[in-house]
Amino acid sequence: MNYSAIFMFFAIVLLTLYITYWAARRTKTTSAFYAANRNITGFQNGLALAGDYMSAASFLGIAGMVSLEGFDGLIYSIGFLVGWPLIMFLIAEPLRNLGKYTFSDVVAYRLQQKPVRIASAVGSLMTIAFYLIAQMVGGGSLINKLFGISYSSSVLIVGSVMTAYVLFGGMLATTWVQIIKAILLIGGATILVLLTLTHFDYNPITLCRVAVEKFDISVISPGSYISNPWDAISLGLALMLGTAGLPHILMRFYSVPDAKQARKSVFVATGLIGYFYILTFFIGFGAMLLVGKDLITAGGDKGGNMAAILLANAIGGPGFMGFIAAVAFATILAVVAGLTLSGASTISHDLFMNVIRKGHADERGEVKVAKFATLILGIIAIVLGLIFKGQNVAFMVGLAFAIAASANFPSLLLSIVWRDFSTRGAVWSIITGSTLSVVLIILSPTVWMDVFHYNSAIFPLKNPALISLPASFLAGFLGSKLSREPAAALKFDDVKVRTHLGVGAH
Amino acid sequence: MKLHEHPEFRSLVRQKWRISLLLTFLMLFVYFGFILLIAFDKSFLARPFGKDLTIGLPIGIGILIFAWLLTGIYTVWANRIYDRKVEELKKKIT
Repeated sequence: MNYSAIFMFFAIVLLTLYITYWAARRTKTTSAFYAANRNITGFQNGLALAGDYMSAASFLGIAGMVSLEGFDGLIYSIGFLVGWPLIMFLIAEPLRNLGKYTFSDVVAYRLQQKPVRIASAVGSLMTIAFYLIAQMVGGGSLINKLFGISYSSSVLIVGSVMTAYVLFGGMLATTWVQIIKAILLIGGATILVLLTLTHFDYNPITLCRVAVEKFDISVISPGSYISNPWDAISLGLALMLGTAGLPHILMRFYSVPDAKQARKSVFVATGLIGYFYILTFFIGFGAMLLVGKDLITAGGDKGGNMAAILLANAIGGPGFMGFIAAVAFATILAVVAGLTLSGASTISHDLFMNVIRKGHADERGEVKVAKFATLILGIIAIVLGLIFKGQNVAFMVGLAFAIAASANFPSLLLSIVWRDFSTRGAVWSIITGSTLSVVLIILSPTVWMDVFHYNSAIFPLKNPALISLPASFLAGFLGSKLSREPAAALKFDDVKVRTHLGVGAH
Repeated sequence: MKLHEHPEFRSLVRQKWRISLLLTFLMLFVYFGFILLIAFDKSFLARPFGKDLTIGLPIGIGILIFAWLLTGIYTVWANRIYDRKVEELKKKIT
C-alpha cells in the first residue's frame, strides 16, 4: 500500500465530489443539466474542452505508446490535435447557432425529426460505448496499480464514482470537474517533464540523443508500429475527422453564450491540448529511459498504459506518483462522466423527448429519464471495462474515433453545407457509417485475431475509417439523390441566416 | 426582399466560407502530407536534422503548433472582422 499516494487520491476525489454537490444545488432545469445554463465563458469552456479531450488515452495511452514505440506515438498526438481546427472552421458556429443540447439537433433541424434522431442516437451511442471502453480500461489498471486491489473491483469503483458525479451534478458539475482537472493535469505533466529533464541537462535534445544511443535511430523515426501504408492513411482519417464527431465534445458548444465564445474556446483548447501532447512525448521518452520497457510492460500491461505513472515514481518518489495517479484518475472520471452525460442526453433528449413524446414532455420528466439513462450507462461502462482488459487505450480510442468519423461527421457536415441533403440521406449515412465501422473492427486483426484467435483477419486494416468514412458520405449522397425533400431544401435559407448571423439561437 | 437574398448577406457568407475552406485546406494539406510520408516514404522523416535529431521531430511538433496558429488566425478574423460585419448587417435590416 502506498499511503501518500492514497492520501492524494482521496483529496482529489473529495474535492471533485464537493464541486458536484455545489453544482447539484444549481441544477434544476434541463438547460442547466445539459448545458450549464449557457453561462460558461469561452476561456472556461476551452479548459473544459481540453479536459474532456485530454483523456486517459492522451495521457496514459500516448505516453505508453511513445515509451514502447518511440516516434510512432507522436502520430497519434498529431492526429488527435488536427481535428480541432476543422471543428472550428466548419462546424462550431452552425452547431452553436442551430442546436439546443445535442449535435443531432443540427442534423435534424431541417429534416424529419423521428428517423434522424433515432439514427443519430445509434451513431452517438456506439461512439460513446467504444470511447468508454478505453477510459474504463485505463481507470481500472490505474486503481489496480495504485491500491493493489483486483482489476475488476477497480473498474467497479471507477464506474460507480463517475455515475454519482453525473447523476447529481449534470453539465455544471462535469464542466467544473473538467476545468480543475485540466489545470491539474497540465501542471502535473509539466512538473513531470521538468523533473525528467533534470536527468538530461535540462535539454530535450539530450533526451533524444540518449535514447538513440541506448537503442538506435529508429526510436526517433517512424517505425514498424504502423507498417501498412493504408493503415497509416486510415488511422490518419479516423483521428482527424473523429474529433468532429465526438458527441461529448460537440455538446460543449452549447454551454457558452454565443459563437464568439465558442471560437475562443476552441483556440484555448487547441493550444492547451497541443502543449500537453508535446509534454506526453517527452514523458514517453523519459519513461523509456528512466523506467525501461521491461518494467513498463511487466504485469501483463502490454499496452504500456502505466508508463507515465511509473516514471513519476522513478523520478519523484511515491508521493509524486500518488499525485500523478490521482490526477490521471480524476482525468478518467471526468471524461467518463462527460461521455455518460452525452449518452444520457442522447437517450433523454433525442429519443425520449423528441421521438417518444414528440417534444411534449415536461422538463422534469426529461431530466428524470436522463438520470435513469445515466445509471444504465454506468453499468454498461463497467461491463465493457471488464471485457477489454489489457488493450492500449490510445489504440482503443483510435477505434472510437473511426466510429465517430464514420457515423456522425458525414451527416453533420452534409446537413450544414448541402441544400439537398434529405432525411433518407442522413439516415443512410449514419447507419452505414456506424454499422460498417463496427463490423470492420470486428473483422480486423484486433478483434478477429487478438480476441477470437483466428490465424488471419478477414479485413486487413486495423482501423476501418478508410472504407467506412467514404461509404458513409456515399450513402448520404445516394440517399439524398434518391429522395428529394423540397421542405428541407427550403429551410436551408433559414439555416444559413441562423448559422451566419446567430439570429434566433438558443 | 428576404434576408437570405440580401446581397450583403450573400457576400458575407461567401467571404466566410472562403476563409473557412482556405484554412481547412491548409490543415488537410499539411496533415495528409505528413501521413502520406509515413505511409509511403518513412525514410524521409528518418533523415538527420542537426546532430542528434531526425527531421520527423521538428515536422511533427511543427504540425501541432501550426494547427494551433490556424485556430488563432480564424478566431481573430471572425471575432474582430466577421462579427462586426454581422452586427452592421443586423442593424441595417432590422
